[in-house]
Amino acid sequence: MIEITEVPSPFCGIGTDDLTIRVDGVSLKVIENGCAVNTPAFEQAITDTSPRVNGQEVSLDVAITAAAALLKDTRLPVIGGCATDVNGMRGLLALADRAGAVVDNMNFTGARNNFLALQDSGWMNTTLAEVKNRCDVFLVVGTDLEAFAPRFFERYLWNQEAMFLDNTGARDIVYLGKSPTGSASTSPSGKQAQVLPCATEDLPEVIAVLRALVKGQLITAQTVCGIAVADLQVLADKFKAAKYSVVTWAAGALAYAQAELTVQQLSEMIKDLNNQNTRCSGLPLAGKEGDQTANQVCGWTTGYPARTRFSAGYPEYDPFLNDTNLLLANGEADALVWVQAFNSKSVPPETTLPTIVVARSGMVFTKEPEVFIPVGTPGIDHVGHAYRMDNVVAIRLKKLRDSGLPSTAEVLNAIEQAL
Amino acid sequence: MLIRLTGGTVYDPASGIDGQKQDIYIENGRIIDKPQGEFKVDKEYDLKGKVVMSGAIDMHTHIGGGKGNIARTLLPEDHRQDPVPRSDITRSGCGHAMPSTFVTGYRYAEMGYTAGFEPALLPINARQAHMEMGDIPILDKGGYVMLGSDDYLLRLLTAKKDQKAINDYVAWTMHTAKAIGVKVVNPGGINAFKFNQRKLDLDEQNAHYGVTPRDILRVLATAVKELGVPHPLHVHGCNLGVPGNVQTTLDTIQGIGGLPMHLTHIQFHSYGTEGDFKFSSGAAQIAEAINSNKNITVDVGQILFGQTVTASGDNMRQHANHKFASPNKWVVMDIECDAGCGVVPFKYKDQNFVNALQWAIGLETFLLVNDPWRIFLTTDHPNGAPFTSYPHLIRLLMDRSFRNDMLSTIHPEAQKMTTLASIDREYTLQEIAIMTRAGAAKLIGLKDRGGLSAGNFADITIYTDNADRQKMFEKPDYVFKDGQLVVVNGKVVSTKWGTTHVVKPDFDPSVEKGLNDYFDRYLTMKLGNFKISDDEIIEDGRGSITVHPLSS
Repeated sequence: MIEITEVPSPFCGIGTDDLTIRVDGVSLKVIENGCAVNTPAFEQAITDTSPRVNGQEVSLDVAITAAAALLKDTRLPVIGGCATDVNGMRGLLALADRAGAVVDNMNFTGARNNFLALQDSGWMNTTLAEVKNRCDVFLVVGTDLEAFAPRFFERYLWNQEAMFLDNTGARDIVYLGKSPTGSASTSPSGKQAQVLPCATEDLPEVIAVLRALVKGQLITAQTVCGIAVADLQVLADKFKAAKYSVVTWAAGALAYAQAELTVQQLSEMIKDLNNQNTRCSGLPLAGKEGDQTANQVCGWTTGYPARTRFSAGYPEYDPFLNDTNLLLANGEADALVWVQAFNSKSVPPETTLPTIVVARSGMVFTKEPEVFIPVGTPGIDHVGHAYRMDNVVAIRLKKLRDSGLPSTAEVLNAIEQAL
Repeated sequence: MLIRLTGGTVYDPASGIDGQKQDIYIENGRIIDKPQGEFKVDKEYDLKGKVVMSGAIDMHTHIGGGKGNIARTLLPEDHRQDPVPRSDITRSGCGHAMPSTFVTGYRYAEMGYTAGFEPALLPINARQAHMEMGDIPILDKGGYVMLGSDDYLLRLLTAKKDQKAINDYVAWTMHTAKAIGVKVVNPGGINAFKFNQRKLDLDEQNAHYGVTPRDILRVLATAVKELGVPHPLHVHGCNLGVPGNVQTTLDTIQGIGGLPMHLTHIQFHSYGTEGDFKFSSGAAQIAEAINSNKNITVDVGQILFGQTVTASGDNMRQHANHKFASPNKWVVMDIECDAGCGVVPFKYKDQNFVNALQWAIGLETFLLVNDPWRIFLTTDHPNGAPFTSYPHLIRLLMDRSFRNDMLSTIHPEAQKMTTLASIDREYTLQEIAIMTRAGAAKLIGLKDRGGLSAGNFADITIYTDNADRQKMFEKPDYVFKDGQLVVVNGKVVSTKWGTTHVVKPDFDPSVEKGLNDYFDRYLTMKLGNFKISDDEIIEDGRGSITVHPLSS
C-alpha cells in the first residue's frame, strides 16, 4: 500500500493537482482533497479487463484483428466520444486518417457555441492563475459553477493570498441566470454572491441589455425577463469600476438554439469593456471528458476542432454535419467507434450499426457491441497529458497503479497498423 | 551504408568552402571523411552541376505552442483553400498561413529545411509546444523560453535580488521548459497590459512593479551570457509596429551595453515618422547600428503580400493592432501570471502604403546589413508571411532586376519613401548559405549541424542551379536528414523524426525553495507537476533530446 501525493485530475476540468491517493493493489482511495467529481472518478473499481468480440472474451490481439476487419470495408465510420488523453487522440486521428472516418468529440455540440463565436469574431480570455491573483469582479452566466467544478471557488477565488488583491474575500461574485445550488460562492467571511435569476433561454435578451448598458445606450424598459434594468446597470457599473473583471460560462449549459450568439454577445461586451479603460476577460468552462484535449490535438493535426471528417482523404470540418448523432440518425455512417477512457457511464449512442467500443473498464451496454476493448484511464493506469479548461495548460497525468490495461493509444495504434 | 554525393558544387560557409567541387561521404547518419584504402560505396548520387548545401535551419518560426493552435482554430476558411490529402507515407492536414503539424514538417523539408526553432515557448505552455513539435515530422526542433513578463521575475527585480538569483531562475526555467534559448517579448509589457497599461516605452515603469523594460533586458541578457547559453538573449522589443519605434530600437541597442543580443523581426521595429503619412523607413539607421555593434544579431521578419495571421506573445501590441484584423476576428489572452498572447489575422496589401513600405523596409534591412553572419532570413512565420514564401524572398535578395520589377508595382507613395531602387547588392549563394545554415547553427549553438565537414550530421540539401532562384530554392533535387533521403524533386519520399535541441545550464538547486513557496501560494499547479520531464518528449518512441554544450 502506498500513498501518492500531488495527483493531478483529468476529470474536473479545473486542473486540481493536489490530491493524495492511497493505492492498494489496483484499488484507489482519495484521502485528501477529493470532491464530488474527482473522488468517484478515481475510486471506481476495475471490473472487466478482458476484451470481448460478440460478447465472448478474447485476447487483445484477437479483438484488435476483429476491430480492423470490421473497419476495413466501411465507407464512413464515425469515431465518437473522443474522450482520452493526448496520445490517445494522436492514435485516434491516425486511425481516422487511415480509415477515412469522422472524428467527433462527444461534447462538441456544447463547445460549438464557443467555436462559432471564436471563428466569427474572436474573444479576449484569461486563465486560472490570473483569476486567482487579479479578479475583483466575477460574473457567472447561466451555469451552476460549483456543480460543474466543486473546488473552483476554494482554489481560484477564496485563496488566502493573491498577488494583486489585499483581500480575496472582498471579490464581487454575481450570478446571471441560474442560481448556485450550494454555498461555495459565499466568501469565507460570509459575503454572499449576488444572484440575478432568469430562465436560461432568456439569457440572450438579458445579456443584450447588459451589453447595451456597458456601451452607455439608453434603455427605457424597467425590467428585462424579470430582472430590474437598474440591477443590470449596477452590474455594468461594477465592470467599469473593476480593475480586472472576469466573465465565465459553460458553453454546454447554454442549451438553447443559437446560443453561440450569447457567447458572441458576451465576448463582444468584454471587448467593449477593454476599450473603456479597464481590463475584462472571458473564462469559458470546459475540460471534461478530454474535450479540450480532443480539440487541441485535432487542431494541430488537422487545423480544425474535433468535429472533422477524413472521408475525402483530407480533413474537412463541419460543426453541424459531422455530428455523430446526426450521421447515425440519417443512415450516413456505416460503423461506430466509441472511445471513452474516462467515464464508463458514458455509453455509445444507440445504433444498429457495427460498433467498436474502446472504453474504461466497467462499461455496461444495453446492446453488446461487436468489439469491446477495456482500456486504462489516463492519470490512473498510465501517464499522459490532458488539457484543463483554460486550454493553455496541459497537465501531466501520473500512473498510479499497475492494472495491465492497455492505453487508448496502444489499442488505436494497433488497430491502425492492422488496417 | 556508405553514400557518396559525387561532383556537386559545395557551399559550406562553416568550413569556408565557397562553391568548390567536392565529394561528400555519409555513413550512419553523419558526414565522414573519404574512407582510407579500398572501400565500397553502397549508393552514389551524381551531383554534377548541382548545388550542395547543408540542410537549412529556420531560427525563428512559430511552429509550436498555444497561440499557433488558436490561429489554426480561428481560420477554418484559410485551411479550406489548401487541403493536403494523405498518401501512403504522409498524413493528411492543411496548409497555407498556419499549417497543421505534419504538413509543416513536409513543406519545410520540401524546401530543403531540416530544423526549425519556436521562439516563444511560454514556460506554462511549453508542454504543448513540445507536443506539437513532437508531431512535426522530419525536422529537428527546439524553443526559446519566454521570460520578462512573468510575475516571478518581476518580483525578484522589485525585491532587488542579485544577478545570481536571476541566473538560477533563468537556468531552472530553461531546464523545466526544455529550451535552447531565452526570449523576451515586449519586456514587461505583457505584464503591464494586465494592469491596464496600453503602451510601455523602454524607460517606462510597470505600474505595479516599478521595473522598466531596460532593467529587464539588462538582467536577462546578463543571465544568458553568464550561464553560457550560446544563443544570445532573443529580443522582441518594445513598441512593435509603432511609427517612430526606430528610436526605441536604437536606444535598446545602446542600452544593452555591449552584451550579446539578438533583435528579432527587426523590420517591425524600424519605423520612422517622416513624410506625408507620418510613416517612414528607419532601416538605414538600424543597419548602421547593427554594422557598428558587433554584439548585435538580427532576423528580419520580412512581410510578403497576401493573407496571413499574426500570432504573438505581445498581447499589449496585438490588442492595439486588432483594428487592422482582416478578416475581422481576433483573440487576446492573459496567461497564468506568466505571459500572454494575441492572434490577429492580417492581409498585407501591395497597394496599401504602410504594408508596401513595410515590405521595402525589410528588404532594405537585408541589403544594408553587411555581415551575413549577423542577419537571418525569416518572415517571423506566420506573422510576416507563411514560411512557404522563403524561395520568393530569396529571389528578391539575389535578383536585383526582379526586386526592382516588384518594387515598381507597389503603392507609388511607398516607392518614393524607400531607397531600395538605389541598392545594387545581390546576395550570393554563399551568403544565403550563411544566413540559412552556418550562421543560424552558430547563433543557436548547434553542435554538428549547419555544416558539411566530417563529423556533422548528414542534413544535406541539393539544388539544381537555376537563374530563377525562386524555382531553384522551392524544389530541391534531394534532401537528406541524418543521412536518410527524405525528399526527391521537392516531394517527400520518406519520413523520420527529428530531435529536440536543448541546453542545460547549471543552477543552484536551492532556487526551488522560493519557487515552491510561490507556486503553492499564487499559481494553480504544484511545482513538481510544472516541470517537464525528458520522458514526456521521448516516451512515445519518436522523440529524442540533444543537449548542446555551453559556451565557456
